[in-house]
Amino acid sequence: MKYMALIYASDEATPKYDTPEGQQMFQDYMAVTARFQEDGVMVSGDALEGVEMATTVRIRNGKTETMDGPFTETKEQLGGYYIFDVESLDEALRYAAMIPTSKYGTIEVRPLKVFD
Amino acid sequence: MNDVTDIEKTVRQEWGRLLSSLIAYLGDFELAEDSLQDALESALQHWKRNGLPRSPYAWLLQTARRKAIDRIRRNVNFRKKQSEYQLLLELEAEEDADDFSEETIPDERLRLIFTCCHPALEEKTRVALTLRTLGGLTTREIAKAFLDTEEAMAQRLVRAKRKIRKAGIPYRIPNEQEWPDRLASVLNVLYLIFNEGYSASSGGLSIRVDLCEEALRLTRIMVHLTSDEADVKGLLALLILNHSRREARYADDGSYIPLDRQDRKCWKGNEIREGVSLVESALASGRPGAYQIQAAISAVHSEATSHAETDWQEITLLYDRLYEIQPNPVIRLNYCVALSYTQSEEKALNILLSLEKVLKGYQPYYAAKADLLRRTGDPDGAMQAYQKAIEYSENPFEKEFLHQQSLKRFE
Repeated sequence: MKYMALIYASDEATPKYDTPEGQQMFQDYMAVTARFQEDGVMVSGDALEGVEMATTVRIRNGKTETMDGPFTETKEQLGGYYIFDVESLDEALRYAAMIPTSKYGTIEVRPLKVFD
Repeated sequence: MNDVTDIEKTVRQEWGRLLSSLIAYLGDFELAEDSLQDALESALQHWKRNGLPRSPYAWLLQTARRKAIDRIRRNVNFRKKQSEYQLLLELEAEEDADDFSEETIPDERLRLIFTCCHPALEEKTRVALTLRTLGGLTTREIAKAFLDTEEAMAQRLVRAKRKIRKAGIPYRIPNEQEWPDRLASVLNVLYLIFNEGYSASSGGLSIRVDLCEEALRLTRIMVHLTSDEADVKGLLALLILNHSRREARYADDGSYIPLDRQDRKCWKGNEIREGVSLVESALASGRPGAYQIQAAISAVHSEATSHAETDWQEITLLYDRLYEIQPNPVIRLNYCVALSYTQSEEKALNILLSLEKVLKGYQPYYAAKADLLRRTGDPDGAMQAYQKAIEYSENPFEKEFLHQQSLKRFE
């Protein structure tokens, strides 16, 4: 089954890239990504730019409305994701718990929808 | 034995084993449950006419398997789905080859209970699903125990089965790494079922199945299936010992009688013996978990001839040990109460007062505080604490008891 692990964390809790903690975090992500690939469970995975880079678009009354900012203003933001292909939820949760952000943020694990 | 209730009782006893085996065979929770329900309806018709078959268990399983094949066949004709057609062919081939007897059917209940108690499900859902699938209770009975409507409970169960299927909650026994957490979740569910039965009986609620008895039955099955895992035995001991006091716990008018004033002659001696021997054998494994220690505390109470004769020294030590495993203020509160009977009451009171902030609004805290203040010579403080205790109590009998206590001390 395929699962998406959505990585949420607040800005304050996330180590800045140019600090020793941020560098460590980057190393940890490199290591865990390598592990996922070695185990043959990773379909894809990416980090997202921050919400200040977000633009929303929607169509209302036939008109396209484009706006600056994220869909919802929340403290914990979606910062990245992995897609795993594993046997069951238990494996998906086990791999999700290895994601470095799980130590201070939250990982939401959801199955990809299968249309049948 | 041709009576409908007798048949239903037989089926309910076997429900968990039948369903667990069917789910393993079909790989589908809902299909297994529907087919078993079909088989039960057939059984009611046949058995009423012809009496019970030699092995009702094997009869039901075989019938349920055929009903499942019927259901898939109807579905396939309708939708022509490749995967279901494949499953059907496999099932039909197996069906021809299978020689049924009760002994050859593997017991899959452990897989079932771990699935039902999976932490990806909400706690209340775990309890309800366990009662439905392993306990064989009807949705109506579970709804009644939870004071929910039947419709809301049915919805909850449907959503749970959908999540098991769609989120890919596996039907298997957790591996070694997952075992401790997952076992804790199962034991918590069994404990909650027992407590639900406990509060149902105090509320004067009667359902066909006594939830305390049901929790005991399921925990016994767990002990059997986990080859005497110490924590499971500890939970069983704890439940047996609590249950052994059921007839001493309530007065005729339904009012609650606390441990210190219970008529110990009403405690069940044979159950106490079983509970004590279980906790001893669990502790002998050298891995004392929280349930084992709680059972040990209960055992010390059970073996005391009176409240005054209780080995408070031992209870104090056990609460101290329990607090190391579960640092929660309610355990600390019980520790203080035990300590007050062994060492200085002042020392107990001092520790107790340090809990005031975290236990704000918790009735037993104020009751214990009132008692300790009275014993240390502060009647005014005690009176205030009793009033707080009464204010925070939700049970009219308990309010009355506290009121009587407060009057008794100061008349």
